[in-house]
Amino acid sequence: MNLLLIFPITIPLLTAILSALAWRSLKVQRALGVLGSAGLLAAALALLMNVWRGGIQSVQMGSWPAPFGITLVADLFGAIMVALAALTGFAVLLYSLGSIDERRQSFGYFPLFQVLLMGVCGAFLTGDLFNLYVWFEVLLIASFVLMALGGERGQMEGAVKYVTLNLVSSALFLAGIGILYGKTGTLNMADLAQKLRLEPQSDLVNSTSMLFLIAFGIKAGAFPFFFWLPASYHTPPVAVSAVFAGLLTKVGVYALIRCFTLFFVQDVQFTHTLILALAGLTMVTGVLGAAAQNEIRRILSFHIISQIGYMLMGLGLMTPLALAGSVFYLIHHIIVKTNLFLIGGVVQTLKGSDDLKKIGGLYKAHPLLALLFAIPAFSLAGIPPLSGFFAKLTLIIAGLKIDSYLIVLTALAVGILTLFSMTKIWNEAFWKAQPAGPALDNPAAATVTGGAFRLLLPVILLAAITVLIGAASEPFFALATRAAEQLIHPEEYIRAVLGGKP
Amino acid sequence: MGLAATIFSGFLLAILAPFLHRLLRGKTGWVFALLPLAIAIYLAGFHREVRAGEALRAAYEWVPTLGIRLSFYLDGLSLLFALLISGIGALVLIYAGGYLHGHAQLGRFYSYILMFMASMLGVVLADNLLALFIFWELTSLSSYLLIGFNHEKEDSRSAALQALLITGGGGLALLAGIILLGSVGGSYEISALANADGVIREHPLYLPALLLFLLGAFTKSAQAPFHFWLPGAMAAPTPVSAYLHSATMVKAGVYLLARMNPILGGSAEWHYLVTLAGAATMLIGALLALPQTDLKRLLAYSTVSALGILVLLLGIGTAEAAKAAMVFLVVHSLYKGSLFMMAGAVDHETGTRDVQSLGGLVKIMPVTALAAGLAALSMTGFPPLLGFIGKELIYEAKLQAPTAAPLILGIGVIANIINVTVAAIVGIRPFVGDKRATPRKPHEAPLSLWLGPLTMAAAGLLLGLFPGLIANSLVSPAIQAIRAEEIVLKLKLWHGLNFVLLLSVFTVLAGIALFFARNFFRRLAGRAQGLSFLTPSVWYQKGLDGLMGFARAQTRLLQNGYLRYYLLTIFLATMLLVFFKLVLPPGWQSLEKFAVARYYEIGLGVAMLLAALVALFSRSRLTAAIALGVIGYGVAVIFVFYGAPDLAITQILIETLSVILFVLVVYHLPAFNRLSGSRSRLRDALVALLFGGMMSALVLKATNLQLHPTISGYFAENSLSLAHGRNVVNVILVDFRALDTLGEITVLAVAAVGVFALLKLKLK
Repeated sequence: MNLLLIFPITIPLLTAILSALAWRSLKVQRALGVLGSAGLLAAALALLMNVWRGGIQSVQMGSWPAPFGITLVADLFGAIMVALAALTGFAVLLYSLGSIDERRQSFGYFPLFQVLLMGVCGAFLTGDLFNLYVWFEVLLIASFVLMALGGERGQMEGAVKYVTLNLVSSALFLAGIGILYGKTGTLNMADLAQKLRLEPQSDLVNSTSMLFLIAFGIKAGAFPFFFWLPASYHTPPVAVSAVFAGLLTKVGVYALIRCFTLFFVQDVQFTHTLILALAGLTMVTGVLGAAAQNEIRRILSFHIISQIGYMLMGLGLMTPLALAGSVFYLIHHIIVKTNLFLIGGVVQTLKGSDDLKKIGGLYKAHPLLALLFAIPAFSLAGIPPLSGFFAKLTLIIAGLKIDSYLIVLTALAVGILTLFSMTKIWNEAFWKAQPAGPALDNPAAATVTGGAFRLLLPVILLAAITVLIGAASEPFFALATRAAEQLIHPEEYIRAVLGGKP
Repeated sequence: MGLAATIFSGFLLAILAPFLHRLLRGKTGWVFALLPLAIAIYLAGFHREVRAGEALRAAYEWVPTLGIRLSFYLDGLSLLFALLISGIGALVLIYAGGYLHGHAQLGRFYSYILMFMASMLGVVLADNLLALFIFWELTSLSSYLLIGFNHEKEDSRSAALQALLITGGGGLALLAGIILLGSVGGSYEISALANADGVIREHPLYLPALLLFLLGAFTKSAQAPFHFWLPGAMAAPTPVSAYLHSATMVKAGVYLLARMNPILGGSAEWHYLVTLAGAATMLIGALLALPQTDLKRLLAYSTVSALGILVLLLGIGTAEAAKAAMVFLVVHSLYKGSLFMMAGAVDHETGTRDVQSLGGLVKIMPVTALAAGLAALSMTGFPPLLGFIGKELIYEAKLQAPTAAPLILGIGVIANIINVTVAAIVGIRPFVGDKRATPRKPHEAPLSLWLGPLTMAAAGLLLGLFPGLIANSLVSPAIQAIRAEEIVLKLKLWHGLNFVLLLSVFTVLAGIALFFARNFFRRLAGRAQGLSFLTPSVWYQKGLDGLMGFARAQTRLLQNGYLRYYLLTIFLATMLLVFFKLVLPPGWQSLEKFAVARYYEIGLGVAMLLAALVALFSRSRLTAAIALGVIGYGVAVIFVFYGAPDLAITQILIETLSVILFVLVVYHLPAFNRLSGSRSRLRDALVALLFGGMMSALVLKATNLQLHPTISGYFAENSLSLAHGRNVVNVILVDFRALDTLGEITVLAVAAVGVFALLKLKLK
């Protein structure tokens, strides 16, 4: 039995249980949180290393053979996602220590955080459609409670929209699973892939595939299903937004890529062109939405949507290079976007607001923070040689290779608008002098400055990784390329799950 | 190794600059200048090899899978540019130390300007086009940071953004062009592409690639209609204007054109597009320069005009034109860098840059005046300065232009006449005549401020007297790189009495005449304000505003804040896609597999339907909850009909629990209120019916299809024998699929925590 596959689920679960048992001692919970997240990171990296060396790994839960039981599978794509989830979890947990108020901490923040990570990792590792639904539920309920925790007015409003629209997604997903099971008689994804590949009438699952496309499209925040995201991401505490920004929509993207490379490949001409069109529209509406905002977190939230478009672009193009671009984009984006939210939080702590009209002067007063912002911001905008440049470059090369000029043009234009948005934050919050008016400087800022290093530590960690991905992109790109090859040639995946059976 | 070191030493020093500046204080500029000086000397040492055609190479893999290599090579063209970049760079570093003396952010300034210098060297030394692009973008970025250096001023910020958006947008076009060219030519290495040119010009993608390259080059080199960012960029501190925005960065586009000439040049498209852009820019720049009164804006517009001349020459494309372009490149960098630095020195000493309030400075600032005078004379094309030789060559090239030579020459003469006037306004006028009151009491500029301008101006004189110093060592190898052929270049001051000389004399005389009539043109320009809608900078602003307006409108429309519209959008989109795919593939709609329903099934169905209607129309929550319960029990009965008693038991338990909970909760809720109008209710009913219909059709389709035998038989068979349980549902829940149950238990636990926290934890 391959324990490494189970650790990314059991470590957060165990940490959550222990933290819940230590309900009254925040000190113990904090220590457990750091320990658990570090453990998860270590396990995830070990898993990634293992998959890189030994190929796709699988484990049959309860030893019930596939396709009858539940199989956990780690191909490179899944292992990369788990590693990213663990990294995000670790960084944001460090940030939480210095930023989440004690009231929230004492109402289960730490156990909830771990359950969220467990749900995310489970979704990335499961090889079973219904089990995927279960992990979606786990991360949905954990994220909902995290979002509502504290019960502030804005939080509740955002959380209601968040949970309602996501429940619609869950319902569509569940209906899709039921109908697909009715047609094919199986829930195991590798089994589905194999059966549909051999089935001459397999395009009859296309109507079902639309249900999945929409269910995951809602989760991913794609056009025209993204409404829950800008409605809710600016409401909870920054650490919560940051982990959401890094991971939640990416679970949707992951599920889309998984399903539409593994078994919904009967009518690529239709489904993937549709995905490509949605990708373009997602990019454009997202970036325009960002241009219309004036608060850092709202700007960043809309940019998540726009970036989702790039990740879907690779899936829509459906070539090995394009998928590698999507995977690379995911690696780049999760790190950069989490970091930008964290920095937005530092700004809010220092200035008492993240409204660009009310703040300024950060470049002069906090040069280190300015540098730390510039790295992920310019990376997001695709300025070389930062990680985002290579991610966009890959997708653009992939698009031009198969003459998809329209999407390439869109991607380039959205790139310049992204640059516009990032310079807007830079111009207003950093370069502009602090505008006159009521002193907005947070009275708590003075005390925070003492602990500022605690807030900046995860920011520095993620910024360093961003620089590293840019400066030494070849190994990361090699990783993405091999992950893409496994996606586009799923034989190894199917073999790893079903064994040698035909 | 050495080539890479010339670039990366600059980046390294850029990183260290703020820290070193704290140690070195006032001496920083002088110390830092040693690096570009060393680079210049190091590179100049290769001039023999370069002349012999032995290009110096170095290459390192970076992202081989994408074709990105850090490959560099040094030929005549690279060497000429690299020497200008590093030579002027050294002078600018010294100058900046004096100009920004004591500025709190001087350390960052050094960082940015060194980053620029290194990137610019990267642009001209790169062999790999993607590497070139990376350096290209870094020059745009450092330019952004430098234009916005006085970051608390609104003007600086918006000028910085404008420059970034325009050069950045052009950069993205260039990137697309590079990728297209790479796929056409099979390589991103310039040296490899140069050997495959025939294939490239014949390829159907040649024109798109060319247009994209030109877009990149024209935005960077401020060609019309993208020229307007350059005058705006004058918001940068003067050392930046002298270095980036006149001597080097804006010539990156010119460099690109020259570099790509053997690969993309030579076609009719190239010839017409490049010539047209160059000629238009040359004229527009000159005309816009004339009415200006601010020293830096005068110089900025005349830079635009000069960039137009360079582009025009590369468009003409003859050997003569290439010669003229390379000589003028050197001429312009020397005099324009010098004049900019002089303008900065005057501004620094007097506190103003307005030519109308400057005069008689020659007595107070004699050294600066000397530099300015020499540079201005070179700009007018006065013998024996290098500018004279440059202008002669330009006229010669225009005369021999293959198409529209008289027109090009005519425009050229007009532009040059204005340039003479501008030279007089900038380089002569502030120093002669009466002294005028200035905001600050002027003194001679310190050594650091006059060293740069004087050195460059003197170089213009020296090279004019002894053009042989650079003719064959530097300029002709550069021309060879553009033309990809052997060139012997003879530069001399005296060409004999000919038409070109007459033109030169005429230009200078007319320029002097125009100088005295300058106020007339200023008034004329003042009256032409109403024509501002013609200027691209207004289009830029309008375009930006329009885009923002559109962004706000579409965001209000999409992200309107109403949950019901969000749901409606999602449902409508779902129906659109699913119906499309339901109706389209034929074959399953024949309902042959359906058995005729039995009467008790029909009865049950009717009962459930009625219950649903009751739930819908009931005014009491209690009734609605009970009606829902009826539906649930109905489902359980269906399970019984189809032989699944385990499922039925589970369903009944769940349903009972739900109804009880519902009733308990409903008891505490206020009475129903109807909040929506009948129209929206009708709409919602329609959507709901359609959606329900869609789900029904999907389920019908699924029941009608059985692509594969289901796996459920396995559970029934093995439930008892392997898992030792008689209730298959239970066995599935706790054994076959226990992981699902673990997840669901977690969901319940978290929900409990959530309810607890929502009730107990109230932050304001």
